[in-house]
Amino acid sequence: MAENTLITPDNIVYQKPALLNDTHMHYCPGCSHGVVHKLIAEVIEEMGATDKTVGVSPVGCAVFAYNYVDIDWQEAAHGRAPALATAIKRLWPDRIVFTYQGDGDLACIGTAETIHALNRGENIAIIFINNAIYGMTGGQMAPTTLMGMKTSTCPYGRQADLHGFPLKITEIAATLEGTCYVTRQSVHSVAAIRRAKRAIRQAFDNSLNRRGSSLVEIVSTCSSGWKMTPQQANEWMEQHMFDFYHVGDLKNTITNAQQ
Amino acid sequence: MAQSDILLMKGNEAIAHAAIRCGCDGYFGYPITPQSEILETLASEKPWETTGMVVLQAESEVASINMLYGGGGAGKRVMTSSSSPGIALMQEGITYLAGAEIPALIVNVQRGGPGLGTIQPSQGDYFQATRGGGNGDYQVIVLAPASVQEMADFVDKAFTLAFRYRIPVMILADGIIGQMMEKVVLPPFKPRRTEEEIRRDCPWATIGRTPDRKPNILTSLELRPEAMEQHNLHLQAKYRDIEACEVLYEEEQTADARYLIVAFGSAARIAQKAIDIMRGQDIAVGLLRPVTLWPFPTERVRQLSTQMKGILSFEINAGQMVQDIRLAVEGRTRVAHYGKMGGIVPTPDEVITAMHTEFTEL
Repeated sequence: MAENTLITPDNIVYQKPALLNDTHMHYCPGCSHGVVHKLIAEVIEEMGATDKTVGVSPVGCAVFAYNYVDIDWQEAAHGRAPALATAIKRLWPDRIVFTYQGDGDLACIGTAETIHALNRGENIAIIFINNAIYGMTGGQMAPTTLMGMKTSTCPYGRQADLHGFPLKITEIAATLEGTCYVTRQSVHSVAAIRRAKRAIRQAFDNSLNRRGSSLVEIVSTCSSGWKMTPQQANEWMEQHMFDFYHVGDLKNTITNAQQ
Repeated sequence: MAQSDILLMKGNEAIAHAAIRCGCDGYFGYPITPQSEILETLASEKPWETTGMVVLQAESEVASINMLYGGGGAGKRVMTSSSSPGIALMQEGITYLAGAEIPALIVNVQRGGPGLGTIQPSQGDYFQATRGGGNGDYQVIVLAPASVQEMADFVDKAFTLAFRYRIPVMILADGIIGQMMEKVVLPPFKPRRTEEEIRRDCPWATIGRTPDRKPNILTSLELRPEAMEQHNLHLQAKYRDIEACEVLYEEEQTADARYLIVAFGSAARIAQKAIDIMRGQDIAVGLLRPVTLWPFPTERVRQLSTQMKGILSFEINAGQMVQDIRLAVEGRTRVAHYGKMGGIVPTPDEVITAMHTEFTEL
């Protein structure tokens, strides 16, 4: 059967979102970023919000997020994305404004900007990719690196006396008055991807409707940084990351009526 | 002009009132002496209830400057203010603004340094402002007010330049201009720009991609060296345009002068008095006051140097602008510097003494 008779609008059960660009893929096989980018593109498309959404990309592997999702973007200095998003949203209050940040960007160099934007209740959504390692620079220790986990700057494993402890910034965020929605998700299975997409949609809705700050952490894999195959990385994440970074909603003040 | 239009206020207060009146969309800042009256005045004026201007006390100067990136990148007239150590913290953000070509206004009410230094006035940030403390080849336009009136007038001028060239503009004041009270006439009210005006004037702004255009992406990153070189060449061409078109300076009594004092900001006010006294003693001395420190009035200094037996660069620092003067003069005449540091403000008599010390024939 010819291909063009198979692919008809009636037959389509799944397709790439129109907002996801055909760009050269710079993420490694097995990396979570690609899945999360796709979810963001799907959510913006489903909300019909292309002309109302501004993204702020970080420094780290996702520095090129703007090449993938076909919307307006600003590329921030390392850690400063929540400051940019604060101003954009305050000056254009009817827009959806989100940041997309890794663990080094959000939970280390940008801790002050993250905490204070969330604590002020800025009406922004923060998408936080936590893979417990610095991917872009080649696998160094992150603020979220697990105890005992080996990286290029803690090659014998993270030790409390040498390196301190992994930071649960999402738990901190849940204690702040300004946050309305704080959740931790993952994208390692179909079910998890569906839950993560609902979380991103919720966070974007919260930004649009000015309900306060939303933080969506995605516990993620970095197969290159972890020196594993994609399959091994997913398994390692389930076995080790989820024990420390419990998946699920940490805070949700939005009632069903508001939604 | 009605008498009631003339007000008495501090330079810092004048900046705040001028910002509200000239259609500023947002102020983002962090308290630091000697400029905290800017944020305090804005907070007490509550412009969010009148013009709709956003006023936000940020968690740091680092956050403030990055809020300018966000807001300016979204086509809005945004500003911050700080003093020397705070401006040092902003240098990362300023080079990002320059690289991504984001318009914004940064006010530096200078204090003495280095480090935490002193809260007393200084002009020690001339290098920081004109050379840039951030990384890479970039410039910001630097305006040096010498009166409370200029503090008020330069706000709108700075925004106009910032958007004309898509460049950060700095008002480089100091603790004297910020804190002293003078008569001032505030600029007339002008409305903030509408969304339609921003879409028309700032087609690059990130305010949501409409179906008729490609996405707007504001970034200073480019990994391909050929493309990064082109971007740098574009920036340099823009800087040459600014040097050709936007130099501002004022002169007093230079026509018959054989000696020249070059001074900016509050130092120019002290120099004015010194020159008046010396003129009474039949010394043919004049004043050149650079209003833009970058672009520097290089050509005018060069022209004037041919008639001068000596030039004194009077700055409240260890000698920074004097380098630009020497580069312009190219050895045609003697160039000396006089200044004080640590928050000490020289008197006119000390400037006169310096002239006699440097140019002993006087």
